[in-house]
Amino acid sequence: MSGLEDLYREIILDHYRAPRNRGTLSVPPAHQVEGFNPLCGDEVVLYLDISDGAITDITTAGQGCSISQASTSMMSNAVKGKSVEESRKIIRAFKALMSVHESHLQGAENGPTEGPVPDDVRLGDLEALQGVVKFPVRIKCATLAWNTLIQGLDETSGGS
Amino acid sequence: MSSLSVAKIQEDFPILKREVNGKRLVYLDSASSSQTPTSVLDAMNNCYQNTYANVHRGVYTIAEETTSAFEGARLAISRFIGASSPSEVVFTRNATEAVNLVAQTWGRTNLKPGDAIVLTQMEHHANIVPWQMLAAELDLELRWIPITPDYQLDLTNLESLLSGAKLLAFSSMSNVLGTINDVPALVAAAHNAGALALVDACQSVPNLPTNVVTDNSDFMVFSAHKMLGPSGVGALWARAELLEAMPPFLGGGEMIRDVTLEGFTTNEIPWKFEAGTPAIVEVIGWGAAVDYLEKIGLAAVREHEAELTAYALDALADRFGKKLTIYGPLDIAHRGSAISFLFEDIHAHDISQVVDEEAVCVRAGHHCAKPLMRVLGVPATTRASFYIYNDTRDIDILVDALVRAEKFFGV
Ligand SMILES: Cc1ncc(COP(=O)(O)O)c(C=O)c1O
Repeated sequence: MSGLEDLYREIILDHYRAPRNRGTLSVPPAHQVEGFNPLCGDEVVLYLDISDGAITDITTAGQGCSISQASTSMMSNAVKGKSVEESRKIIRAFKALMSVHESHLQGAENGPTEGPVPDDVRLGDLEALQGVVKFPVRIKCATLAWNTLIQGLDETSGGS
Repeated sequence: MSSLSVAKIQEDFPILKREVNGKRLVYLDSASSSQTPTSVLDAMNNCYQNTYANVHRGVYTIAEETTSAFEGARLAISRFIGASSPSEVVFTRNATEAVNLVAQTWGRTNLKPGDAIVLTQMEHHANIVPWQMLAAELDLELRWIPITPDYQLDLTNLESLLSGAKLLAFSSMSNVLGTINDVPALVAAAHNAGALALVDACQSVPNLPTNVVTDNSDFMVFSAHKMLGPSGVGALWARAELLEAMPPFLGGGEMIRDVTLEGFTTNEIPWKFEAGTPAIVEVIGWGAAVDYLEKIGLAAVREHEAELTAYALDALADRFGKKLTIYGPLDIAHRGSAISFLFEDIHAHDISQVVDEEAVCVRAGHHCAKPLMRVLGVPATTRASFYIYNDTRDIDILVDALVRAEKFFGV
């Protein structure tokens, strides 16, 4: 099952079984944003506390497959406490990790965060999700939380 | 054991020799689309290689041969469903298009603002969205027959739901739950209320003996690709007098009797509804599929599937107990072979990904029945479904693959 073990790395299963930053924040002051994968019904809800240009807190809700939920959990860890600008860099780097196949499948998905891929971002644990690119239909699962975060950041237009 | 010789049948399906990940393909998604036997492939190949020409147009030999093969297929399909005449069978791209045809022609001419259409909560999107589109356009009311905790239609308030309604549109067999609905009884209830009845028979025509005359319905839709035929063709069956009275659907060649600069007159049924060059070769392939199924006999098909379904339900319950929930009736008499299930803690997608590693093809998702999934309170299920080429070995492999998935995700 080598292919599978590539997809379902231990760290992914760990985030799936014990998702980090689960919960809600009161809205307002927090901003709530929802992402939905109509194909499979995966759902991600993010609560973002953004102040002074930084994501001071983030919590997540929703349900879905192991890949979408693990990716959500890992994403929340990666951006919590980071500046919005830094977070957008991480998003770009993560989407670059996934992008070949995603743009191939869905037509280029150029959002406002599209831009040069930063080479100074360390993705760390997130790189475990790289195995997903071998399973093209699952890429949408991995990117759902990230696209939802982009939407949330855009809606709060960089934070106030 | 049933009278089917599955080993012999499997020989007729070239794709079943295929391996995935070094393992024999175990195809358990026939409720979505069935595989194709050599006789169907040969019929289509033969047309392209020996007789191919457009239909209903040329007087030359091969055009006549193709036309007669095409109309011969229509005749075979009409007999297969017990229709009194092949002119009652209109070819469409698929069942979905057939529902849209009824909505846009019969619906637009016979329904007015405030009229009601009754649907059920277990419908496929194909039998929901065309009516929602029409309802938005004509300001119609849509009413829904709910489902019971044991996954049957809840007919407690059927009479009041049907009261004053113009149409009851329902599936004869749910593609998610497997539930078999009582077509003659529902049609009779609709007629008693003065409504017409449309049957979405996509899942039942491949698996149960079908007779539109004894069903006594008004419209029935079905697709070739779920009954060993090719994709790209489906049909609407409707009573001749209804088809006669309905305006045409799409305009163009074939559907006309005469065209002048001032206007057109329509062709006879069924061609009145078949604008443009049809799926000639696919229709011919569908005819061969029907021949294949008739040789086996639908009673034997049903018996075989009932046995496999019972075997699978037992195996799943034995092996996984309460950890696995089955969404559908457990009584074989009331269900087809589609088994939708969920593990307590494993998402349907993850299940189907892990079992794919074992070359087992099952479907994960909402199965084009999102309203039903909402009623069930689940976002997605895994679905296995069986057809004539499956055997108990396939089910054993499925169960073993599910055990691996269970281990993998550590529930
Ligand atoms: C119950 C039911 N209705 C309608 C359809 C739609 O069939 P098609 O996609 O061939 O139009 C399906 C196929 O998935 C089905 O199972």
